Amino acid sequence: MPSAQLKSTCRATLSCIAAVLLCSWTAPVSAAGDVKPVRKTSKPAPSAAAEDPYEGDPFKSLPWGDMRREYLGGERAVFDERVTVRGPAFAEDPMNVPVTVSVVGLKDIERIVVLVDRNPIRRVLEYQPMTALPAVSFRFKLEQASPVRAAVRTRDGLWHVGGTWVDSAGGGCTVSGATRKDGSWTQTLGQVSARLFESSPATTEASPVPGGGAGAARLRLRVMHPMDTGLVGGIPAFYISRLSVRDAADRELLRLSTYEPVSENPVFSFDFPDRLAGGLRIVGTDNNGNRIDARLE
Amino acid sequence: MTAQPTPSWRLPDLPSQTRLPARRCGPAPRRLPALLAAGAVIACAAAPTSAAGPTAGTAPQVDVARLDYGLRARSLAPGAWVVEGANADFAVANGCNIINTGFFSTGAGVVVVNTGTSRLYGEQLRALIQSTTPEPVVQVIHLNLHPDYFLGNQGFADRPRLATALTAAGIAREAAAYETNLFRLCGDWMKGTETRAPDQVLQVPTEGRRWAVGQRRFELHELAGHTDSDLVLIDRASGVAFVGGLVFADRVPTTPHARIPQWLRSLDRLSALLKEAGVKTVVPSHGPVHEGERGLAQTRRFLQWLDGGFTRWAQAGLDMNEVLRAPVPADIRALAAFDTEYVRNVAHLYPRYEQQALGGSARSR
Repeated sequence: MPSAQLKSTCRATLSCIAAVLLCSWTAPVSAAGDVKPVRKTSKPAPSAAAEDPYEGDPFKSLPWGDMRREYLGGERAVFDERVTVRGPAFAEDPMNVPVTVSVVGLKDIERIVVLVDRNPIRRVLEYQPMTALPAVSFRFKLEQASPVRAAVRTRDGLWHVGGTWVDSAGGGCTVSGATRKDGSWTQTLGQVSARLFESSPATTEASPVPGGGAGAARLRLRVMHPMDTGLVGGIPAFYISRLSVRDAADRELLRLSTYEPVSENPVFSFDFPDRLAGGLRIVGTDNNGNRIDARLE
Repeated sequence: MTAQPTPSWRLPDLPSQTRLPARRCGPAPRRLPALLAAGAVIACAAAPTSAAGPTAGTAPQVDVARLDYGLRARSLAPGAWVVEGANADFAVANGCNIINTGFFSTGAGVVVVNTGTSRLYGEQLRALIQSTTPEPVVQVIHLNLHPDYFLGNQGFADRPRLATALTAAGIAREAAAYETNLFRLCGDWMKGTETRAPDQVLQVPTEGRRWAVGQRRFELHELAGHTDSDLVLIDRASGVAFVGGLVFADRVPTTPHARIPQWLRSLDRLSALLKEAGVKTVVPSHGPVHEGERGLAQTRRFLQWLDGGFTRWAQAGLDMNEVLRAPVPADIRALAAFDTEYVRNVAHLYPRYEQQALGGSARSR
């Protein structure tokens, strides 16, 4: 629907450069429509994937093949409805686009990689749920309208890919955040606010929400960090690179690798199948070696 | 109300001709935060919005091919007119004309309340005024900093344009981002549009002030909460009040600069002001002109629902995406522009509630 809206906008407004650019890049989508029937008439052969430049991608996005090779080790990937990615239809705030990934019905999950095709930096984060449920919510910076994907690797070496489309006015990766602009990040760097909720909200009557509602506990946390992308003149990339949550016995419960596109002062939500005792530790580091270490009683 | 013995249309005690620095007119820089702040009034994507609704009858007949807004002046009282926009979201099909502007004849010239969304709108509004009343335009007033309140100023470039200091500062800060985003959303309707900032500063004491223009004795009140400065203009003689962005009738309020507790307090104050002045006809900036406090009550109900829901959901640990999908009462779901505006409400306001719920409970070691 967003792309149809853009096209009709463009017809009436050829002088609108931004809209024209968006239109011109949706062109491959309609062109792809012509390709599909041809594939159907030919026998599916082992080389079918090679003939389809989109490799079966429902978004028919040309970068997908390169992304699979670069970020998924070139391993086999299937588009799988059990992997859902939810976001808003459009990015009201391109510096804080909420995304919720959840996987229901897949076993033996090793890790989840979130990728954004049209971002100058495509890899957003990598999540190893370990003892947590395979679901994570956070906000990220979106440079322009794009597919937003989650690729889930199961132990058999297969990637299961889901995604959604988010429209955007653009510009989320190439401007500084508020705390970089006013310099206040130096006062708050690495500070953590966190809270454990008794059940994953999906199981409460407040909300019939995504995620399947299997959680018995939810951890939400915010880490203060400017999360500079390196794409703003004179400000090098400066971002949280690793976070993990440990229990009172120092057992690692989940592990997260984060990259430049994660939003300033990121907020994460994690769900757990069982109730958690107190005394959680949130530890991590940024790409400059600053340590994050906080205890949630 | 005591008439002031000022025969002129000029503000009797305007710290007169406080000129604002001219805004530079260079190319719009790619500055996102300003654009974000602008966001509400400015959709990041103009999703289709139903034109049907309680106000469908009053929407102007827009001719997209000829870039004709089809503006019509509807008389509210002798010498008081409203020019109604569509009760919808910005879209090329409605010319991005979603605002109600208006004007008063005073015996000493016309006072124009807000100038619409583009150069073309400003010019067509000026022509409409000239064909409606023989009086010349003598004064423009802006009720807040949002783009459809001032981007038509090129049609009134030869006339004094009045705004509060906070509104003038906000326009200086946000105008470039507004222009860029409205060009993206509205296309050719925006051709040749450049900001002409307000050039007179209006000071309004807490208790409000009187403003005499010709035979009219306006009352001005500076409230806040929808933006940092929400001006209300009351004309007791005609029983008409232009209440600006404080009231949204049959429409989801826009919130890029909103502070809800302050907004709710302002609605209480506005209710008292309207009663005290005996106002019959309320002109909100968005949504249909109506009698009495129907729109005010709707706006209060929406803000209270939002405040209560966001508080509850943040305390239950909901993520923003879950809030976007949480249940919404039918009367609120039925408000115009819900599909796009509510997404913006959540983006603008939920993080504050979220942060309050997370608190500072983790101790850094």
